[in-house]
Amino acid sequence: MIISDHILTIVTFLPLLGAAFLLLVPGDTKDATANMRWIALATTLITFVFSLVLWAMFDSSKPGFQFVESADWIGTSIGYRMGVDGISVLFIVLTGLLMPMAILASWESVQTRVREYMIAFLVLETLMIGVFATLDLAMFYIFFEGGLIPMFLIIGIWGGKRRIQASYKFFFYTFTGSVLMLLAIMAMYWQAGTLDISVLLKTRFPPEMQTWLWLAFFASFAVKMPMWPFHRWLPEAHVEAPTAGSVILAAILLKMGGYGFLRFSLPMFPDASAQFSNFIFLISVAAIILTSVIALVQEDMKKLIAYSSVAHMGFVTMGIFAANVHGVQGAIFQMVSHGLVSGALFLCVGVIYDRMHTREIAAYGGLVERMPQYAFAFMIFTMANVGLPGTSGFVGEFLTMIGVFQVNTWVAFGAAFGVIFSAAYALYLYRRVIFGLMEKENLKAILDLNRRELAVLVPLAVLTIFFGFYPAPILDATAASVHALVAQYADSIGSATMALAVQ
Amino acid sequence: MASDIINLASLAPAYPEIALALGALVLLMIGVFSPRENANMITGVSIGLLVFVAVLVMFDNATGTLFNGAFVVDGFARYMKVLVLLGSAFALILSVSNASENGLNKFEYPVLVVLATLGMMTMVSANDLMSLYVGLELQSLALYVIAAIKRESGRATEAGLKYFVLGALSSGMLLYGASLIYGFTGHTQLDLITQAITVNGRSIGLIFGLVFLLAGVAFKISAVPFHMWTPDVYEGAPTPVTGLFATAPKVAAMALLVRLVMDTFAPISHDWQQIVVFLSIASMVLASFAAIGQKNIKRLIAYSSIGHVGFALVGLSAGTQPGVEGVAIYMAIYITMTVGLFACILSIRTENGFVEEIADMAGLAQTRPFVAAVMAMMLFSLIGLPPLAGFFAKWQVFLAAMEAHLYLLAVIGMLASAVSAYYYLKIVRTMYFDAPVLKFAAVPAELRYVMGLAAFIVVTYFFTLGAPLTSLATAAAGSF
Repeated sequence: MIISDHILTIVTFLPLLGAAFLLLVPGDTKDATANMRWIALATTLITFVFSLVLWAMFDSSKPGFQFVESADWIGTSIGYRMGVDGISVLFIVLTGLLMPMAILASWESVQTRVREYMIAFLVLETLMIGVFATLDLAMFYIFFEGGLIPMFLIIGIWGGKRRIQASYKFFFYTFTGSVLMLLAIMAMYWQAGTLDISVLLKTRFPPEMQTWLWLAFFASFAVKMPMWPFHRWLPEAHVEAPTAGSVILAAILLKMGGYGFLRFSLPMFPDASAQFSNFIFLISVAAIILTSVIALVQEDMKKLIAYSSVAHMGFVTMGIFAANVHGVQGAIFQMVSHGLVSGALFLCVGVIYDRMHTREIAAYGGLVERMPQYAFAFMIFTMANVGLPGTSGFVGEFLTMIGVFQVNTWVAFGAAFGVIFSAAYALYLYRRVIFGLMEKENLKAILDLNRRELAVLVPLAVLTIFFGFYPAPILDATAASVHALVAQYADSIGSATMALAVQ
Repeated sequence: MASDIINLASLAPAYPEIALALGALVLLMIGVFSPRENANMITGVSIGLLVFVAVLVMFDNATGTLFNGAFVVDGFARYMKVLVLLGSAFALILSVSNASENGLNKFEYPVLVVLATLGMMTMVSANDLMSLYVGLELQSLALYVIAAIKRESGRATEAGLKYFVLGALSSGMLLYGASLIYGFTGHTQLDLITQAITVNGRSIGLIFGLVFLLAGVAFKISAVPFHMWTPDVYEGAPTPVTGLFATAPKVAAMALLVRLVMDTFAPISHDWQQIVVFLSIASMVLASFAAIGQKNIKRLIAYSSIGHVGFALVGLSAGTQPGVEGVAIYMAIYITMTVGLFACILSIRTENGFVEEIADMAGLAQTRPFVAAVMAMMLFSLIGLPPLAGFFAKWQVFLAAMEAHLYLLAVIGMLASAVSAYYYLKIVRTMYFDAPVLKFAAVPAELRYVMGLAAFIVVTYFFTLGAPLTSLATAAAGSF
């Protein structure tokens, strides 16, 4: 059947079709821009439906790749290869889910150059889904790096006051990291003779080469993630980007780094991963503690959430390189959960930014009096950000900490401080914005959530709670692939130590 | 051999050149004996002639060696000739809408372009130091005149003069190198030189000759440190002429360089490899830093073209078939991007003439969204960002370098491309992030078509042209 054979191609390139339609809408009158918004929304919704179909057809009992399409494409080096396993399939669904919300979040706040805006987002969606759906390392790089173009434009055109500096920082941090990975990819091609990921996963690279390849991939993923101290671009990009840009950045783009570590660094360079795991633990814990403390003193709401993202990504890297089932599953869960929660938090900031046009925490206070619904939604996401049991945030943090506890108790001990600090900065933010007296005159006329905003926030709140109580759908989907990954990793490390022992 | 001249069928591999030469002479006659207003018609016929010859080269698969081994046609030569011809044809198309402003509404201009193209095709097919020099000089002399063809403009005259003086110097170096090579091997024909080197081994005189020869060619492709003329000439010459300089002649000179090092001097590959690696690193690094401070778009493109020659040389440095394949793909994509870029630049004009200062392009995306979008695509592609065509060009050359274990070269090249992103983005930023100031005039139809075509190729490369172009380039590289 066409749909089941090419479902990944359809999900990946459907948004491009919508972008092509947007090009065809004539004029830029009010009606035309309204049409553009609806076309973009419809495209993202249809893509979401297809991503759900993908999830429904996905057989979570199989550890290998499914819906595989494979053909040589350009020369011998670049192939057209698609396929998903338990590690990647959820990210496609997550992207599909968040894109319509990003479009809805820009419904009224973006009034200029709507056509370019929507095209940029749809192109970005294709590139993001492609990153998770492809099984060719060259195509992975194409999707991974291609995302720079639309994001650079989104931050630079529709961003805030210091948007140009922010867009440049975003571009150069990411680009410089990635070009080194590109060279590593080429070296892998000459070593393995193909860039088919399913073949590369079975290739044993010489340990010395692994070290270099690992470092090159690390340069790219550590910036994308971002890991402390490579995170400097993130707060600025988040602060200056329009709301929808921040949502996508936090919820999806950051996950590409974690996905890269899981898909490439850990299984393809196991010896190097083992060698560097303590280094990763060190900077993960540093990220968790330091950025949480930094978040505490922020005066800009978006910046605070951006720093908290860096801290949460610290849990992810820590879990991945714990390299046991708990750690890796926790990392994936944490990424999905963080996608929902941080996306929702940026949407919440967007709601009041649209009304008051400021992100200064000090400009708010006592919002609960005028905006009870908003206060409730914001509370759910704040609690999820803290990692309160009963929200999805808890499951991910808890699993990664169990995972890392088995490997290194001190790392788990350090990471636990992050949980405390995150409660501190999140609750402190909540108190300053929502509670207190409503003293500022201009706040007194502020309106509560409208229907569009409810349509965006309610599903996210429901999912956050749902996965907090019942994480099984995510854990089941990933289980088989994660078990295979961890077993393979342990096997290669074991055989390496055996070889050492024999020597 | 006399029979070559008599037996027309045996000349088949040279039919394209003969067609071009006869065409140029006929057009010259028509131009001389018809009223001045016919210049546009001659431009049109010249474009038709170039495209016709390109089709001829594409579909006529006659290969072989002619004229006592002085002229060779193989897969590589045909591939490069198609690029040269299309590059020249598009450069002529770019000049149509603005011929009178740029002083190009003279019948001499298209005729000179056709003659220069003939010279380039001879360079691509040269298999003897003498035919090599003849082709090179035919091309250069035609181009010197073209650079200064806008007689009343001081800048154009200066550009023409600079180009001529420095070009003559480089021709001298090349000749000197050729004479040394002849002296130490006893041959002028390239394959006999190869044989002599294989038999007698390398000698210091031969290396001297090689260095001078490569210096002469490096001047023509404007590789650092022989690039000094490029920014001045590119800035001074009329814009469509700059468009020509940046495309076809570079391809021809690059093809010549590839043939020399991959074929003739293959036995001493270790010696030329060092030179090419040096040229490559110097070009990439210098261009990416020197372009940052440029305010004039044509000067910026001059540095950008120097940088791109450096990237193409990364592939050649490998000295392998994948490397040649990389150069072939690189040049094809490079001329596509350059033609598209020049079509954009020629479309950006106000009532007072062309806009050449980058700062004046502020807000172009809001007043002329199509031009700005195409230009942005070209610039992102020049950076080498996927999924645009420029990425695949870089992919192939760096892939070859990695295979040849030239890791340092590859890392420097990649970092240089990250630096170069800065100045390309500066233009994107001016067009997209800044508010509009100037009012821009409407865009001529044929430039719109050229922009549309270039953007289509660059954006959809992965799906459309990628696979066929790569297999063509693989076949072309098979000649070595």
